[in-house]
Amino acid sequence: MDDLVNALLNGSRRAVARLLTWVSDESPQASPILTALFPHTGKAWVIGITGAPGTGKSSLVNCLAKAYRAQNLLVGIIAVDPTSPFTGGAILGDRIRMRDLSGDSGVFIRSMATRGSLGGLARTTRDAIRVLDAAGFDIILVETVGAGQSEVDIVRTAHTTLVIEAPGLGDEVQAIKAGILEIADVLVVNKADRPGAHKTVSALRMMLDIGHPASRTQMTAHHGQLLEVKTPETPHSDEPIWIPPVLETIATDEKGVAELVSAIQKHREFIQSQGLSAPLERQRIEIELHERLREALIQQLLESTSPEYVMDVINQVQNRQLDPQSAVTKILANHKQMVS
Amino acid sequence: MKKNIRILIAKPGLDGHDRGAKVIARALRDAGFEVIYTGLRQTPEMIAEAALQEDVDVVGLSILSGAHMALVPKIREVMDSHELGDVPIILGGIIPDEDKPALEAMGVRGIFGPGTNTEVIVSKIHAMMGDASA
Repeated sequence: MDDLVNALLNGSRRAVARLLTWVSDESPQASPILTALFPHTGKAWVIGITGAPGTGKSSLVNCLAKAYRAQNLLVGIIAVDPTSPFTGGAILGDRIRMRDLSGDSGVFIRSMATRGSLGGLARTTRDAIRVLDAAGFDIILVETVGAGQSEVDIVRTAHTTLVIEAPGLGDEVQAIKAGILEIADVLVVNKADRPGAHKTVSALRMMLDIGHPASRTQMTAHHGQLLEVKTPETPHSDEPIWIPPVLETIATDEKGVAELVSAIQKHREFIQSQGLSAPLERQRIEIELHERLREALIQQLLESTSPEYVMDVINQVQNRQLDPQSAVTKILANHKQMVS
Repeated sequence: MKKNIRILIAKPGLDGHDRGAKVIARALRDAGFEVIYTGLRQTPEMIAEAALQEDVDVVGLSILSGAHMALVPKIREVMDSHELGDVPIILGGIIPDEDKPALEAMGVRGIFGPGTNTEVIVSKIHAMMGDASA
């Protein structure tokens, strides 16, 4: 185990690859290594890239990686694609758009399948980021599955979240709906050479004018509501707020990439200069602990409850003898009895 | 926990016919594999690099150009130099029978011609992974 940890800390790509497999498989071998690596994490800046399918996320990741490589930074990329809920298989095709990056030992690209997770990332993506972080990558680009309006895991994971839009995907009302636009630190209208790009840009700007959660610390709690949102009606006039810029890019021509990199840098400087890094990290930790606790508790509960007992309760619900909430109370009471 | 089988599907060489590769990728997905699809015109270096970063269990090559006797040894060599000697290669495409012994001697573990039932490919991969249950 120590060999693998040392190899990884010394930048062995084979070690990184193998450990990412163990992490994604939730293999028991992974946890002592993650424990050993944890003190070496927390250095990378994690950039999330999300948006609807076909908006050009992978192509933009390709452009961003090249731009950061030009600054001599090491770039790790995690590209997430969906697992089929029916077969458990997946086609991970994001590398197709990243072929410019091949042959560069300063870039490491890993594709991940969601494996049943619905939030736009895999359940193990956070640990995968930690592996790349410990291995010394300065910038970690995390591309979500083609997301819609509720896949907001990325904002609980990344330091800067980019939401990618493209012209012609919907009317202006889409832009003022809740959800994915609210998580953006930077909004990008890609394919800006397409007709309707200006309309999309102005719709997004209008959305930001109508009201943006001022001084929001950008985190979504486990129960799905924004934490610490101060409504626009009660602004703290002395407190600087981050208004997400709306940028236009054409990823296939690498247009607008320099501006995007500089917007990400401004966001990073804003977070750091306002002393927001520490409180944001605390929130991320809190949310992660909640998620892990919930999973561990369910696991524990199901282990201590016999499948027959659960089956019996399910039967009772199906026969309308028990409503689902009472069924849960019953299973919990049974569990308490078992452990006491 | 059962390990997910990851397989790289790549098209080396210069021919532009990727329909076969896509059909196979889709069939393998439907069989529950995680398929890393890298697309057309992959160099041996690109294939080895992707296989390394993605830590795949198998590399599947689709070669229709007839250049398999040049491409396969080169890819095997570059993969070996990336410490991927233990990762098997399977091959799909138009491969004359007389080339098969030489390819197998290079460590190609499965050769599938046009029209091969995808179930045959799936069960071959499972057998290679020592997963007889599936």
